[in-house]
Amino acid sequence: MKPLKPISRALVALAALLMISAYFVPLWQILMWAPQYPEGLEMDIWINDIKGDVKIISALNHYIGMKHIEVQMFPEFTYMIYIVGFLIAFGLITALVNKRFILWTYVIILLATGVAALVDFWLWGYDYGHNLDPTAAIIVPGMSYQPPLIGTKQLLNFTAFSGPDIGGWIFLVSAALVIGSLGFEIYKSKKEA
Amino acid sequence: MKTHTIHRVLSVLVVLTTVVLWQGCKPKAPGSVTTGDAASLAYVPPGKYDEFYNVVSGGFNGQMSIYGLPSGRLFRIIPVFSQFPENGWGYSEETKPMLNTSHGFVPWDDLHHISLSVTKGEHDGRWAFGNANNTPRVARIDMKTFKTVEILELPNSGGNHSSPFITENSEYIVAGTRFSVPVGENTDVPISTFKENFKGYISFISIDPSHGEMKIAFQLKTPGISFDLARAGKGPSHGWFFFSTYNTEQAYTLLEVNASQKDKDFIMAVNWKKAEEYIKAGKGTKSKAKYAHNVWDESTHTGVSTIMDEVLQLDPAELKDIIYFIPCPKSPHGCDTDPTGEYIVGSGKLAALIPVFSFTKIQAAIANKDFEGEFAGIPVIKYEAALHGEVKKPGLGPLHTEFDNKGNAYTSFFVSSEIVKWNVKTLEILDRVPTYYSIGHLSVPGGPTTKPHGKYVVAYNKITKDRYLPTGPELTQSAQLYDISGDKMKLILDFPTTGEPHYAESIPAEMIMPNSVKIYKIEDNNHPYVSKGEGMTKVERKGKEVHVSMTAIRSHLTPDNIEGVKLGDEVFFHVTNLEQDWDVPHGFAVKGANNAEILVMPGETSTLRWKPLSTGIFPFYCTDFCSALHQEMQGYIRVSPAGSNVPLKFSTGKIEDQASGAGQ
Repeated sequence: MKPLKPISRALVALAALLMISAYFVPLWQILMWAPQYPEGLEMDIWINDIKGDVKIISALNHYIGMKHIEVQMFPEFTYMIYIVGFLIAFGLITALVNKRFILWTYVIILLATGVAALVDFWLWGYDYGHNLDPTAAIIVPGMSYQPPLIGTKQLLNFTAFSGPDIGGWIFLVSAALVIGSLGFEIYKSKKEA
Repeated sequence: MKTHTIHRVLSVLVVLTTVVLWQGCKPKAPGSVTTGDAASLAYVPPGKYDEFYNVVSGGFNGQMSIYGLPSGRLFRIIPVFSQFPENGWGYSEETKPMLNTSHGFVPWDDLHHISLSVTKGEHDGRWAFGNANNTPRVARIDMKTFKTVEILELPNSGGNHSSPFITENSEYIVAGTRFSVPVGENTDVPISTFKENFKGYISFISIDPSHGEMKIAFQLKTPGISFDLARAGKGPSHGWFFFSTYNTEQAYTLLEVNASQKDKDFIMAVNWKKAEEYIKAGKGTKSKAKYAHNVWDESTHTGVSTIMDEVLQLDPAELKDIIYFIPCPKSPHGCDTDPTGEYIVGSGKLAALIPVFSFTKIQAAIANKDFEGEFAGIPVIKYEAALHGEVKKPGLGPLHTEFDNKGNAYTSFFVSSEIVKWNVKTLEILDRVPTYYSIGHLSVPGGPTTKPHGKYVVAYNKITKDRYLPTGPELTQSAQLYDISGDKMKLILDFPTTGEPHYAESIPAEMIMPNSVKIYKIEDNNHPYVSKGEGMTKVERKGKEVHVSMTAIRSHLTPDNIEGVKLGDEVFFHVTNLEQDWDVPHGFAVKGANNAEILVMPGETSTLRWKPLSTGIFPFYCTDFCSALHQEMQGYIRVSPAGSNVPLKFSTGKIEDQASGAGQ
């Protein structure tokens, strides 16, 4: 099997190294605005923590019976550091092994991880928004409060936004670099053939 | 007969002409005085911020109020020297020590003057100081929390009017007594022995440059006269302080007449740097004096009152070169130094001119011993030797002078009810505007500093009469805002004020706003009865005292069912607000409380003492609308007879079986 082009190899290594930033910057953000909160409330999801106005958001959400958000609610925080570590290591190994098949494998792993993360987040959001305390002070019949997966959604008096934070964007860039490298390899080999 | 008719016609004509002329000469009605664009100049649209914080004394309400300029909107009343049932100041156990004095607990005072802290003569936005005129004290307000954090009593003072004026780097604020009084061991003397036994004391209160704590550095023992107002020197005159005086006649009755006899009273010039040297050289004498020093501790959210027992004093009659008198016409009131520090404006409130003194000339007069004599052992500088010049025929009854950033002065005239603008150097009168009515103090933003911000002058009036909708015999006090950005002063706004405003200062919003505290961090709360979570709430009996460590969070109090209190017990509700979000205070009130409610800010603990006088069930609730379920934030406390054996118990959210309920 042919080795990768030097440029692809470098890009994959760069992509893997960029992912190290995940340990230092927030990955995802949920923003909320209401008439009483023109300055907005913010929740930042890090690799192993939730930061921002979590207490204030929990205090507000308890009226409609939503759970108090705690780091312990998310088993993900205990193993996410290893998953990201694995992705970085696999990227570097891909650059070392320097073969097309392993690049294919890496692309599939990255895409699968991305999908799994979104599914996991959606499932949590579904539970958080639907599994409400039946004794809650405010119960709006038929109303659930699942936060948006990506984008903006109106929830009672709040406008909620969900989307990648700086770490998430870096991840997307990394994924684009890896997928782009694979595309480049396929394109080049077709041209040479 | 003909002449008679002619006379008649003529006299009718004369009367008619007089009436017509009279009508024509009648001044315009006050309402028509504002100019066309006044509204836009004072208008701050909804949701927009004012340009200045206006810190205004409350006079007889004993408080400070915070307004915005140019809108004139009232934002907050800061309780200082008077109890304030609306938030529990002076009623809660934590704030009661702040109003302690050597006379015991004093629930009221009269706050006249404001000084904002300065560095190099310019506003630094750290603290505001206020004086208590009745039971002599000074207070320090933290401009981060807008809370009174320190109150210092002044011994040997009869009424702290000449206060709390501040030096260029906030080294000192001063406190000069309005009433001379006998001091020392025996103060039980005939009033008629005034000249012999009564003394006027001036205190120099040092301000700690880092945390602001006040201390009486020294007192100057001065002759028995009355001190009215004062201003520190600045720039070249830094190191000096100027006090206006009245009653140099040393009258002790019917001062209205007897203290107005002399053609001239004095401006007293104090060389406080010299006084510092004497203190360093050990020339001060320690004198016994009892006074309270009350300090607020932000970590325990509690005031601590300490009774002090001595002060350091200097006697300027012996230490000759500390003070000098300068004659000033007719009972001077305002005594204001201009931004350059060279000119001192004395305003004789019964005079028909304004003398302006020159610091350079005062120094030369002292060096040349250009004295006209002595008063009570203190040299009196010759009037002409100190004088820069007089503003001629400015108006009637000059009171106070403020300055803009263009070399102009603005003097208020009580009797002729107007503000007069004049040039400090040339003494030329430039403009005058009427005030409605009888202006007292006036304030230009940054007016007393070396760098006035200019732009506006605010008149604080003593009489409002017909300016607002009438509310019976007791009317609102009022302020008026004038635009001074052009050559002519323009009235742009009337706004009512709380209490009776005396002096005020204004400071640009951007110097205060970014530092404004939003919440107190619950983890930094070191109150002895804090509950940092609902799990930490408790009810403890200590003899006849029952201490309830309670929490408040939207929207319940924990505990909200309390039993086991007995008649004769004193209950202390220590309420901790667990919220950590801006603008979510909780309040607490209990039925029959003989004091007030308490308002508890996020992260704070505050205590309401309650002594039930009968048995039964007493409701308590949150008084500050905190959420959609605020109305549900309520609970019960049960009071049983003195000998009862109802056990002490407390809970929230616990539904008890009726049959097994306690006390059945």
